[in-house]
Amino acid sequence: MSELNAELEHPVYNYKVVRQFAVMTVVWGIVGMLVGVIIAAQLVWPALNFDIPWLSYGRLRPLHTNAVIFAFGGSALFATSYYIVQRTCQARLLSDGLAAFTFWGWQLVILAAAVSLPLGFTSGKEYAELEWPIDILITVVWVTYAVVFFGTLIKRKTSHIYVANWFFGAFIVTVAVLHLLNSAELPWSPMKSYSAYAGTVDAMVQWWYGHNAVGFFLTAGFLGMMYYFVPKQAERPVYSYRLSIVHFWALVAVYIWAGPHHLHYTALPDWAQSLGMVMSIILLAPSWGGMINGIMTLSGAWDKLRNDPILRFMVVSLSFYGMSTFEGPMMSIKTVNALSHYTDWTIGHVHSGALGWVAMISIGCMYHLIPKVFGKEKMYSTDLINVHFWMSTIGTVLYIAALWVNGIMQGLMWRAYNQDGTLTYAFVESVVASYPGWIVRVLGGAIFLGGMLLMAYNVFMTIRSDEPAEAPAPAAA
Amino acid sequence: MDINDLRGISTAFLMVAFIALCIWAYSGKQKKSFDEAANLPFADDDMVSGSNKGELK
Repeated sequence: MSELNAELEHPVYNYKVVRQFAVMTVVWGIVGMLVGVIIAAQLVWPALNFDIPWLSYGRLRPLHTNAVIFAFGGSALFATSYYIVQRTCQARLLSDGLAAFTFWGWQLVILAAAVSLPLGFTSGKEYAELEWPIDILITVVWVTYAVVFFGTLIKRKTSHIYVANWFFGAFIVTVAVLHLLNSAELPWSPMKSYSAYAGTVDAMVQWWYGHNAVGFFLTAGFLGMMYYFVPKQAERPVYSYRLSIVHFWALVAVYIWAGPHHLHYTALPDWAQSLGMVMSIILLAPSWGGMINGIMTLSGAWDKLRNDPILRFMVVSLSFYGMSTFEGPMMSIKTVNALSHYTDWTIGHVHSGALGWVAMISIGCMYHLIPKVFGKEKMYSTDLINVHFWMSTIGTVLYIAALWVNGIMQGLMWRAYNQDGTLTYAFVESVVASYPGWIVRVLGGAIFLGGMLLMAYNVFMTIRSDEPAEAPAPAAA
Repeated sequence: MDINDLRGISTAFLMVAFIALCIWAYSGKQKKSFDEAANLPFADDDMVSGSNKGELK
């Protein structure tokens, strides 16, 4: 190495923390999705809670959402942000010790969630159920994460800050603000607290948090992944860097206002509901700007899709992103929301984003990143990635199609009136009518989970293989 | 002056900011620097790719 020009040599990156988070992404993905399949099955066969309080739907459901969002999605975000910030800044992470602290601290948060939620400890706020001691731990880990990330940006060797890092930076800052404000609470006992807000204000703060958890945790960070890994995998720079800048500022400026659409036709003042609706509709523009930018990166290289299942994962995830960011603004229109709210349509919409966009872009990025950080040429089996791709796609489509049908059916049944003004259907009739859709949902979810198990095998075999990255290619078979 | 003036001003401000952003981003002046930035993901491919090998052993 000594004969090489020192100027052309990048520092040794900290890949250890990336490897740890990458492996845990797969592990927590399987755990979180398994819990999801279990609770989906409980809706069809309620006896599956075995009359054990720890396994009741009400306790497992927040475990599922926390596991997939913060454990699976969170680990993917940590892994990719640490990887991208080092490689696009050509600088090693600010501190190995602090980076290791974020890994072990985050795993401790997840473990605390996995124990406390089934035991029934909850602050009752959706996607922020964890009780106050865990909230404090989250804050400490998150501040450390911000220090490592922004510290690495500061010591960068490049003059520009690549757009992916802007998205990760916005995600880190905004999640910190959201977490602090929404989790403001009065500790009452070691595992019980009361919210600092009351009534409608509490609801508004909760959904300001809740929707921006979608906007910044589940969107901005994953767009950061998209802006790095899609160009890398397609081997060409992003379609339009200018568009990416307009995309960034428009997205972060508008997302923050969309929360009230979760509170249509509630005690929230009408003007706030309308504001949330209008901002949600405007949000379509930056969302689609980003999607188009990602997909058009492939222009002139569409043929790569034919034999690269990793790229296929990424492009299909962008298609689901475009679909769900069209569906969301539509559902935020108050008259549409009157039909869709409180029905399965909402859950279908969330999963077209969560499975189709968040999970599939993460999976694609992991397949790109894991061989790189473990010093391998490529994943153990490309065929298995291809099978995984089809399982993910089919599972997602089954899931969301079933819940579209269910949701619209439920909405229509609930609003049906007889001529004398009485309701046509009792609520339980809509439950009975939902069973076929719920069975299809279990099936779709199980197929998606099966794909994750394939991934785990593929990752395990990749890590275990002895083949180093620089080895000469074996003779063609 | 009441709250509606503030609403009007903030709306106008956001619109001006957005238009200014678009003009800035799409002006020819930025082209070169944006092209450089867009190629950052590939910048370290040209460098010593095996620098991290030692750490892996």
